[in-house]
Amino acid sequence: MQLQEGKEPARGGVLSWITAGLGRILISLFVPLITFVVLWRGYIFLRDSDAPKIIIVLVAIIWGVGGVALLYVVSNWLVEKLPSEWTRRLQPFVFIGPGVAILTWYLVVPVIRTLVLSFQNDIGQGFVGLENYIFALTDRIMLEAFRNNLLWMILGTSLSVGLGLLIAVLADRSRFESVYKAIIFMPMAISFVGAGVIWKFVYTYKGTGAGIQEIGLLNAIMLALGGQSQPWLQQPPWNNFFLIIIMVWLQTGYAMVIISSAIKGVPVELLEAARIDGATEVRAFFNITIPYIQGTLLTVTTTIVIFSLKLFDIVRVMTGGNNGTNVIANEFYLQSFTYRQTGRASAIAIVLLVIAIPVIIYNLRQFSERRAF
Amino acid sequence: MASKEESVSRRKMLSGLTVNGVLILICLIWFIPTLGVLITSFRQSQDIFASGWWSVFPHKEDKETGEIKIDDTVDVNGPITINGVTHTFEEWREGVTMPDGSKLTWYGNKRTRTLIVSEKEWVGFSTNLTLDNYKNTLSGKEIRYKDASGQEIVRMGNNLSTAFLNSVAVAVPATIIPILIAAFAAFGFAWLNFPGRKFMFVIIVMLLVVPLQIALVPILRDYTKLGLNGTYLAMWLAHTGFGLPLAIYLLFNYVSSLPRELLEAAFIDGASNFTIFTQLILPLSIPALASFAIFQFLWVWNDYLVALVFLGDQNRVITMALAAIVGEKGQDWHLLTSGAFLSMMLPLAVFFALQRYFVRGMMAGSIKG
Repeated sequence: MQLQEGKEPARGGVLSWITAGLGRILISLFVPLITFVVLWRGYIFLRDSDAPKIIIVLVAIIWGVGGVALLYVVSNWLVEKLPSEWTRRLQPFVFIGPGVAILTWYLVVPVIRTLVLSFQNDIGQGFVGLENYIFALTDRIMLEAFRNNLLWMILGTSLSVGLGLLIAVLADRSRFESVYKAIIFMPMAISFVGAGVIWKFVYTYKGTGAGIQEIGLLNAIMLALGGQSQPWLQQPPWNNFFLIIIMVWLQTGYAMVIISSAIKGVPVELLEAARIDGATEVRAFFNITIPYIQGTLLTVTTTIVIFSLKLFDIVRVMTGGNNGTNVIANEFYLQSFTYRQTGRASAIAIVLLVIAIPVIIYNLRQFSERRAF
Repeated sequence: MASKEESVSRRKMLSGLTVNGVLILICLIWFIPTLGVLITSFRQSQDIFASGWWSVFPHKEDKETGEIKIDDTVDVNGPITINGVTHTFEEWREGVTMPDGSKLTWYGNKRTRTLIVSEKEWVGFSTNLTLDNYKNTLSGKEIRYKDASGQEIVRMGNNLSTAFLNSVAVAVPATIIPILIAAFAAFGFAWLNFPGRKFMFVIIVMLLVVPLQIALVPILRDYTKLGLNGTYLAMWLAHTGFGLPLAIYLLFNYVSSLPRELLEAAFIDGASNFTIFTQLILPLSIPALASFAIFQFLWVWNDYLVALVFLGDQNRVITMALAAIVGEKGQDWHLLTSGAFLSMMLPLAVFFALQRYFVRGMMAGSIKG
């Protein structure tokens, strides 16, 4: 819509050219100014207004979303008013600029700061060399956390992706697809606080004795089958597996939704052709569907691997990292917010970053293979 | 010929049964933990710790039918014989099933010399259910209920309804804004040429692994300087910052795999980058945008940490209200379960609303047309 306004009037004459130029400059200044004023008024209203909550909420949503869209439209409109050479040069930055700016503020700068802190002592003063890294790589607590994260990464990821793929493929052939998908997806809709309660009702252990009724599902099943009730979350190393089950329960929905949308993108004609050629369903799946959704599988696996590296909430809510269930992110949290050891915490965060580099490199290589770059 | 067709259709039916069978099994396993909480949220507060949630279903339960006194002459330190059955005191205390099916359990310590006789009896559906838990969590006024030991408790409600509105005000823009910014950036990285493109993209992908905790303190300091603490804007920006790496990564994956010919055709037709983006890329990316929207919405909706740090108490969101229920007494599981269910409602509605975008042939159709 803005594009037509930017067209130059065709009539000649120096005077008209100058007025047109001046007018353009004035408009170019005026439009951003108006945008700014409108957004600022919105901000003030939201900050000071006593209107009913529901109205404030509606205004906030419109202001926030509309404001960002408006910023893009206005900055693009400005760039397109420039000579075409400059438009070509600057337009990419209109597209990526806001994203890059926000990322720099919220992540890049904190990472650099963390890197500096990781070479300093606990109060962020004085250079201590590699001391924090020696702690992060050799301390007994950290070694246990590394072992557990490895477990989380391998078991958690393979189970989530495997089950997600299985469910996505099977549900695709069922009439009740949306029902199944909704049920598998449901755990994702639950906050960690809620998930913690849900799994406490599964794993709770009250102990043995007369008149004690287990209210944890797993122990009730054990007793019904004639076994003994167990303190599931207190026995290393098995408690890690019971925690990983929670992650699988939460993450399979994520894998399923993304893989499912990729499966919907496999051209029906290809599958039909394979079936006419006499391929079994299993063969068609491995020779057509899997290669077609390879990119998606990589994306899903990558995100879940990274999720399992950063995993924090489940351990925090269920065991607090006790009884041999500590993980890297929980140790980071303890060091930084409980023990106030900023140096050690920073070193742990940097180690976490470095661990993930191979995964990232593999991803980038796949991008260049697909000539996405 | 006819028999072959028949066998094919039978095989189809059989495979249909297996498919649905496997799915139903998995779904059952997935659903049971949640079902437990759903049922718990309707139970009386003092019942929750006394018996498992499954006891609302018909089941056999020990019912006390009488008691037996033992003579003072019997030595309770050695093996004790009652009605022809011999066990030690410890075993009697655990409870022993007698040949006639009744169960004898020693009551208290050795000196009581009393055994309780109980028999298994069928108990029907529990009728001891209530909606009070939901009323109490939603209310901002004074509430009263009985705790596990039967004591009456009076305190302020958790005012979940206001927290719900705050969550909406935080989550909706914090979902749409990062998607918009990421879509622009993904298009820029995938289809536009500019210096530093590859380098910047590599950095963004690497930011995927940064745990957001490292950013909390520095950003909090910036917010204090800017006076942004406790505002919705602060939350939107923070969630945008923390969600962007994944958003850009996922959308780049999708946008870069769009057919090159399509975009080249649009370029030749003289469309500007902005037009191509809004008229072509955005509509084509709807499935990817919808699936990311679902996840971003869920993450923001269920986020506790970011809200705790940047929002404070004035605009309390739903996870903070939930955590407050846990925190105040640690024992109010009846309120926590109903609160957890209320907070699930909107994310599930969003999922169902966006699910229709995951349909087959969306891409194929739009490219042909």
